[in-house]
Formats: sequence, C-alpha cells, structure tokens
Amino acid sequence: MKKSVFTQPTLPYLLLAPQMIIIAIFFIWPAFEAIRSSFFIQDPFFGKSTFVGIDNYTDAVGKSDYLRTANFTFWFTLFVSFLSLGFGLLFAVSADQVLRGQASYKTILMWVYAIAPPVAGLIGIMLFDQHIGPIVDFFALLGWRMQVGVSYFDTAFAMTVVATWKQIPYNFIFFLSGLQSIPRAVREAAAIDCRRPFRRFWTIVFPLLAPTSFFLLILNITYAFFETFGVVDLMVKGEPGNNPVTLVYKVYQDGFRGLDVGGSAAQSVILMILVLALTILQFRLIERRVHYS
Amino acid sequence: MKTTVLLAGAFATATFSATAEPIKIDWWHAMGGALGETVNELAVKFNESQDEYEILPVYKGTYEETLTATIAAFRAGEHPNIVQVFEAGAATLMGAPGAVIPVEDLMTANGVDFDIEDYISGVRYFYADEAGKMVGMPFNSSTPILYYNVEALEKAGVTPPKTWEEFASTTAPALKEAGYIPAAQSHLPWIFTENFFSRHNIQFATDNNGYSSAAPKILVNNDAIKAHFTAVKDWVDAGLFGYYGTGWSDNQTPFENQEVAMWMGSSGSFGGLKQAADFEFSATFLPYWEAVTTEPKQTFIGGAALWAMSGHADDENKAAAEFFRFLTSAEVQYFWHQETGYVPITEAAYEMAKADGYYETTPQAEVGIQQLTLPSGEWTKGYRMGFYVQIRDVMNREYGRIMSGEASVEDAFSIIEEEANQLLERFGKTSG
Repeated sequence: MKKSVFTQPTLPYLLLAPQMIIIAIFFIWPAFEAIRSSFFIQDPFFGKSTFVGIDNYTDAVGKSDYLRTANFTFWFTLFVSFLSLGFGLLFAVSADQVLRGQASYKTILMWVYAIAPPVAGLIGIMLFDQHIGPIVDFFALLGWRMQVGVSYFDTAFAMTVVATWKQIPYNFIFFLSGLQSIPRAVREAAAIDCRRPFRRFWTIVFPLLAPTSFFLLILNITYAFFETFGVVDLMVKGEPGNNPVTLVYKVYQDGFRGLDVGGSAAQSVILMILVLALTILQFRLIERRVHYS
Repeated sequence: MKTTVLLAGAFATATFSATAEPIKIDWWHAMGGALGETVNELAVKFNESQDEYEILPVYKGTYEETLTATIAAFRAGEHPNIVQVFEAGAATLMGAPGAVIPVEDLMTANGVDFDIEDYISGVRYFYADEAGKMVGMPFNSSTPILYYNVEALEKAGVTPPKTWEEFASTTAPALKEAGYIPAAQSHLPWIFTENFFSRHNIQFATDNNGYSSAAPKILVNNDAIKAHFTAVKDWVDAGLFGYYGTGWSDNQTPFENQEVAMWMGSSGSFGGLKQAADFEFSATFLPYWEAVTTEPKQTFIGGAALWAMSGHADDENKAAAEFFRFLTSAEVQYFWHQETGYVPITEAAYEMAKADGYYETTPQAEVGIQQLTLPSGEWTKGYRMGFYVQIRDVMNREYGRIMSGEASVEDAFSIIEEEANQLLERFGKTSG
C-alpha cells in the first residue's frame, strides 16, 4: 500500500487548527481558568482575588455534606448506568426477536429519547409529586408512604428512576443496531451448536456486542455524572434542602447560586480529576477485554 | 404576548409623544407570571406619565439567576441601571462598595425628596447601611403571617393561636380531632429562623446583626430557637404539624386542599391564595413563645429591593431617580399593594389604602403591614450576612435532617453554626 505523504509540512497543522482552536477555547482555557481560580477567593463583582493556597480544597472537602454528596453520586451513577444499560439491552434483545410490527415497537421504545430532559424531569416530578403523584399513590397501596422532597431515600429513588427512564431508549437504539449488525451466519451457526437461547446470548451475542457495551458504559457514566443535572435541578426545585444532589449540581449551586467562585472552582477541579481517573481506569481495565471485530 | 403588546404600546407612546429622544434605562427583575405583568404595567405607567425618560423592564429568571446575570454583566460593563436583588443577596451587593449607588444618595443628588421616616418601620432599615442610609429601595416587600381556614377552626371550636403554647395545648389537638393537620409553613429559614429572632427580639448575629461588619458570627445556636425546633419536631411526630420539604408550594398545596388548617406563608401570598382557595380563609400574626417573651415584636420584610447600579451616565441616573420618585408615590404603592398583595412601603400609601376602605373589604391584606408596624426592638431591623444563600441552604438541609430524625436538634444547630461561620469568614475574605 502506498503511503500518502503531504508535501507541505504546514498543511496538516493548518487543517487541524480549527479543531484545536475550538478545544483550546472551550476546553483547555476554561480548565486552566478553573484551576487558577481554585486557589483564590474572589469577590464576585470586581473579581478582586485573594490567594488562599489550598484552602478552597480543604474547605470544600471538609464540609459535612461533601462526602455525603460524593457517596450519593457514586451510587447514583452506578445504579443509573447499570439499570439503563440492563433495560436497554433487555428491550433491544426483545425487540430484535419480534417479527411482526417491529417498527412500531421500536418507535414506541425510542419515543422517550425525543423528550427534552427538562420535560422528562417535569413529568417525573408530577409522577412522584407527594400530593398528586400516581406513583406515590401506587406505592401507598403497597404500604410505602413515599415523600419525595422530605425523605432523602425517597428523593434518591425517584431521581434514579427518572434519570434511568430517560436514558433507556438511547441505550436501546445502540444495542439494537449492534444486534442487527451481528452476521446472520454466526447466529445460525450458534443456533445449531447450542439450543439454549440464554446460553447462546451470553457466549456468542454478548461478546460480539462488547464494543457497543463498552462505548455505552462510558457514555452512561458520563450521563449519570453530568447530564442528569436537569433532572436533579427540577427534582429539588432549585432548593436542595435535605435532598440528595450530585457533585456537579453542588458545583453549580456553590458557584452560581452561592457566588463562591473559588470554592466552586476547587470542586470542579476535583471532579475533573475524578472523571479523568475513571476514564483511564476504564480504558486500562475494561477495554483490554473488548474485541473490535 | 400581552407583555409584548404592552411594551410595544409603551414604545409607541413614548416615541411619538416625545419631541426629543427619551433617555432609556434598563431594569432587570425576577418577577415572573402575573407579577411580571404587573411590573410591565408599572413601567408603562411610568413611561406614559412623562416623556423625558423611558424604562425597559427585562425578566431575568429567578432571584438567584438575576443576581448572577447582573454580576456577569457588571464585569463586562453591560449592567442595567436598576436591578432587583432579593434579601439574601443584599450582603453581596453591600459587600461590593462602588457597584451600587445608595438610593438615598441617588435621589437627593438628583433633586428628589427623600426622608427615610416616610417609610414604614419594618421596611426602613432592612436594606440600609450601618449608618442607617437606605441603599436598596424596598420593592416587593412581604412578611411571614399565619393564614387559617375559617371553617376548619370553627369546626374545631378554636380561634387562631396567639402563642405557640396555646397552639400546643389547645388549637392543635382540637384541629387534629376535627380531622385536619393543624399547621404547616413554607420557609423554615425565613419564617422559623430569621423572623423568629425578630419576633422574640433575640440577637441573630454579632456586630449588630451583621450590619457593622463584613464577617460577623451567626448566633443561631440559641436555646429559644432550639426549643422551638424541638417542639416542632414533636408536633410533626404527633401529627400536629405538617412538614412537606423545602419547596414552598409543596407546603402551601395541602392548605389549599383543606388538609392543613393553618399555614404560615408570605403576606404576598394573599393574591395567589385568593385565586387558588375555594374556601373562606383569614390571616393573623405569627404566634410567639410566651416562655421566651411576653412582649412580641414586629417582624421584618422579605422579598427584594431595587438597586441603582453605578457606572452609568448622569442623565441615566437622573432617570433612575425619577423612576424611584414615581415608584414610591402613594398611588403607585397602593396600586402595587392591591395587585400583588405585597405591603405598601410608605406610610402615605398605607394611609391611602386605609382611607380608601380597602381593608374593610379585605382585612387579610392588612395583616402583613400591621405586623410590620408592631413595636420594634433592638434586633428587629433585619440582618446582614454574606453568602447568605448558602447559609440558608445549610439551614434547610439540617432542618430537613431534624424533621426526618437523622439528626438531633442539638447536633443540627451546632452544624449550622459551624458551617455558617465558615461561610461568613470566607465572605469576609472576598470583600476584605
């Protein structure tokens, strides 16, 4: 194969430049600004800064609710990612087996994804409203008196359900297209070798879905970490009180509601490091087991 | 759409009637919905009342969003002439000298008469500096009062409680017997904390409730308020009090649904309640603890003030001053009071409402202003603390933990004290 070589050494850099400029302006510069701000206490109006060393970090982490928030974020991310991946996969496998009316099933299952996050949050709030929510009425029949907004656990439960529900169709779409790209021959061969569909799924189909699953895992963790912001905000109605919030929400709350720029910056740097570590870990540990065709 | 039409109308009249181009000023506010329309109506009235100046109100979202937007705009040099900032954000503005022009200075410098004694006493010093100079112009001012369902109380054979002792021994058990949850409230930091200190005339923060220092210490860890929260928690457990979380309307709804017999909310809630409740309700003063004081005092205002921002041309400042003259006139205050349920901020407007017979037809509308004009005490003028939005968040969190039984009253209050003081210390560094 002939290697194509650019004769001009500057051209590739020029072609890369727009992308690099965008990354620099929208990612690298703000990230450095956050790191710089995290060592200062700032007056919001004039931006007069006082250097305080690592005080912002110790203050943030030292607060009684920081660990609680971190703990909640961990479990929330775990549950939302695995539940939405699990249900997405289950529905995809089921829809893949449907022969008649497949299109309508698919459309119905994907529908939810078209709902804007705030609208989904609002629907969730209505379903879980402590005075008029049908889900609350349903659980009351089973003897669980849910009080979203009052009980920490109940709010966490409602948030997890709404955030998961919102993400299932996304996973569903990817899993379904993943399933459909598995060659027919492979499936037929598997069907001859192994009669039990359950076993067949875990030994043949699931490994072939691994690249899709890995990609979705990373996306889902990012989703639970960052993109559930809208759901959280609507669920706690902007005033968290004794309700669970995610770390990202706390960054927003302290920075934008509380106008504590330095403290908020320190928290976002911690978050940045955490996500970076998580991503490296995922690529190191999990990606090795993934086979790309 | 109605807003657009109104605004378009305002532009049209202003443009065609003026010989010279009017001086335009911006007003950022946080009044949505029906309140927002009343704000637009005020602007139209002002623009039509003269042809030299024109004010343009812009809705900027919630109180917090408006403040954040203003700060961002200020740093970019694009800030409005007038901005509405709520009570918890007052210290942020006061802590940035040079960002705002005190209204008292603005008005006197532009030849508008100003006398702080014209304002009713519960309103007068809340947005003032240490020396008592008014810095922010009180705009939508309300105070927490007790609303009650008339029929529910009749059914239970009780009258609205004057004291918490009466509530505990008589009112609450009778209402529970009659099938109601006796009481609920919508804002623990505002109603059961800040105004608790004022009603019982207890010091809330060092350094003159925070007015004379950028980094006071909060004195929230006080036996009287801890006894109050211990009692409230016992009432909640015994079914004598309803706690529905931090959300304002979550606590108001059960009162509207007639599940809760008495509800403590804002005097400004009156207009909305009148529309939502299809039963007879009335209002009275907040109860007090006889064990703490036998001479209950006035409460102070909540809501927001209008602040004139610096860095604008002299003629624009003149326009802002003229707008404040218009806004504080008795007619406009009375209009605002009737439309929204917020209290009139001047004595003259209050007198006008009385003379007009407004309180004979709607006596509930007077309760807020009566409570604001009760005898004042040493600690009733308000408080001034930085990072107060976060301090309130800490309070709400810890109060929630008390109510759900996760924390004891003692522990919760020491956490509030500790974290609030850390925040105050940090704030001291930002403005120092």
